[in-house]
Amino acid sequence: MTQLVLEQLLNGLQFGLMLFLIASGLTLVFGIMDMINLSHGSLYMGGAYLGAAAAQASGSFVTGLLAAMLGMAVIGVVLELLLLRKLYLRDHLAQVLATFALILIANDLVRMIWGPQPLLLNPPAALAGPVELFGFSYPAYRLLIIGVGLLVALFLYVLVSHTRLGMWVRAGAANRTMAECMGVDVRWLFTGLFALGAALAAAAGTLLGPLLAVQVGMGESILILAFVVIVIGGIGSIRGALVGALLVGIVDTLGRALLPTLLRAVSSPEVAGHLGPALASIMIYLLMAAILFWRPQGLFPARA
Amino acid sequence: MKASPRSNAIEAAVLFVAALLPFLLQAMGEEFYIGFATRLLIFALAATSLNFIVGYGGMVAFGHAAFFGGGAYIVAFLMQAGIVSAWIAWPLAVLAAVVASLAIGALSLRTRGVYFIMITLAFAQMIYYSIISLQSAGGDDGLPLEQRSTLAPFDLASDMTLYWVALAALAGCLIALRRLANSRYGRALAGLRQNEQRMEALGYPVDRLKLVCFVIGAGIAGLAGALLVNQNGLASPTQLYWTQSGMLLVMVILGGVGQRYGGMLGAIALLGLEEALGLMTEYAHLYIGLALLAVVLFAPRGLAGLAGLTDLRRA
Repeated sequence: MTQLVLEQLLNGLQFGLMLFLIASGLTLVFGIMDMINLSHGSLYMGGAYLGAAAAQASGSFVTGLLAAMLGMAVIGVVLELLLLRKLYLRDHLAQVLATFALILIANDLVRMIWGPQPLLLNPPAALAGPVELFGFSYPAYRLLIIGVGLLVALFLYVLVSHTRLGMWVRAGAANRTMAECMGVDVRWLFTGLFALGAALAAAAGTLLGPLLAVQVGMGESILILAFVVIVIGGIGSIRGALVGALLVGIVDTLGRALLPTLLRAVSSPEVAGHLGPALASIMIYLLMAAILFWRPQGLFPARA
Repeated sequence: MKASPRSNAIEAAVLFVAALLPFLLQAMGEEFYIGFATRLLIFALAATSLNFIVGYGGMVAFGHAAFFGGGAYIVAFLMQAGIVSAWIAWPLAVLAAVVASLAIGALSLRTRGVYFIMITLAFAQMIYYSIISLQSAGGDDGLPLEQRSTLAPFDLASDMTLYWVALAALAGCLIALRRLANSRYGRALAGLRQNEQRMEALGYPVDRLKLVCFVIGAGIAGLAGALLVNQNGLASPTQLYWTQSGMLLVMVILGGVGQRYGGMLGAIALLGLEEALGLMTEYAHLYIGLALLAVVLFAPRGLAGLAGLTDLRRA
């Protein structure tokens, strides 16, 4: 039992860190520009496809990962300059319409280029097997994801709280107009941030590729999870995104693995069999609703 | 909002064309399209109900699929339980949507702005996941309807009758919503949209007024869902998924937020475009997406605004 819990905790940590990669870009878009970007999931999907294609072509997973990040960063800059800039000052409805349109376009473009079949993405051969860990075996590839996720989190932490660039970002998130008055060029800062967010989403897409299927529509389900993460954490806060992502990742994973068993212990197997899966899949939404109910600004509000 | 004579004329014209359509299709020998036309009317009804919440009530609700798809599931559930009559099942679908929206609305209205969008989305996703994890609801496959509801003395098994029923529902709701918009309550909603704080200071129960608006919209969506499951023959999880909520919202924005016929216009334009492009290309959504981007950039008030037909002045 403890082994199962430990293993699921690691899985939750791994999933949470990947959610963090996706949510960190999204929360800044939301926080600084007050912009609803539904197409962030498409950046994640595009990254997974680019990564899978590049990895197949080059035979190297690392090349695929780097190509995906670079490619989506470029696409992110183009998108930001051509379209999103025109949307910052519009109302949320216009942003919903435009970025929903981007989802439709991205899904069909991907189908056009790679066809309707899911792409196969293999983990690097050296990491295909399991490793021994505290007396049980755990897939080496998942450990790698945890490591990469932690590194990125550390990188973002240093970037945001210990550099001049990060200071501008935090200033922009807290009060954009005031930051502009103090001489921060929020427009260009934001183009850079958007590219970084796109690259991180692409990294998550490629890293999760071997575990989940690389297919059209993969962005839609993860997007909503990313929204849940940033709403829980507080819109615009990187720290909130990290805490929210870990919370969502672990609650979701543990809930799915353990809740049916726990319910069986306290109620009849029949009730547990029906209620368990339903309850497990809505746990994170309940968590979000509860947090919004008691702390409407999220756990770590970025705005003063 | 004051209904301008112009928008009354538009609405009447569209309904008039809709009433002539069956005869037109019959004359052309294209009765096949009556099913598609019914779908248009049903989505027009659903989009109109969302437009009431978004445009009249000023609440950007991102979980309308819960009530629309939910209505479909209720009818399918009741059918499974042996309740075939539409006179019982459809009001129950509406009632379920009303009860659900009372709870969801009361909780969600504690938040504002982006947080309201997100919390309505979260509740809709909860309903989606709850239903697909129910084995008795068919899981991912959805719940097929063995037969259409019966609506004595009418014969719903006929596609033509279903079309007339959908048209009657749409026309009835449009008329009811217009009367509502011109009532004291409608005036209070218009005031809220302009300045919530001032209305609160004047002693209006702001949250309760908004909740009523949310519940009315949800109830109509439940009715639209009951019609949809009869047209589709299946209550499917995709009707509950957040992309369905997104599609409905896109229809509303495309048609014109707060325009009485905006939802209807958007639904007809979007589904019509989808159908027409679907005949020509495998990648219809690519072109629809590009068209929507063009609307965002060049027609900020949607199709209604493009035609110079706005009857709602934004403060």
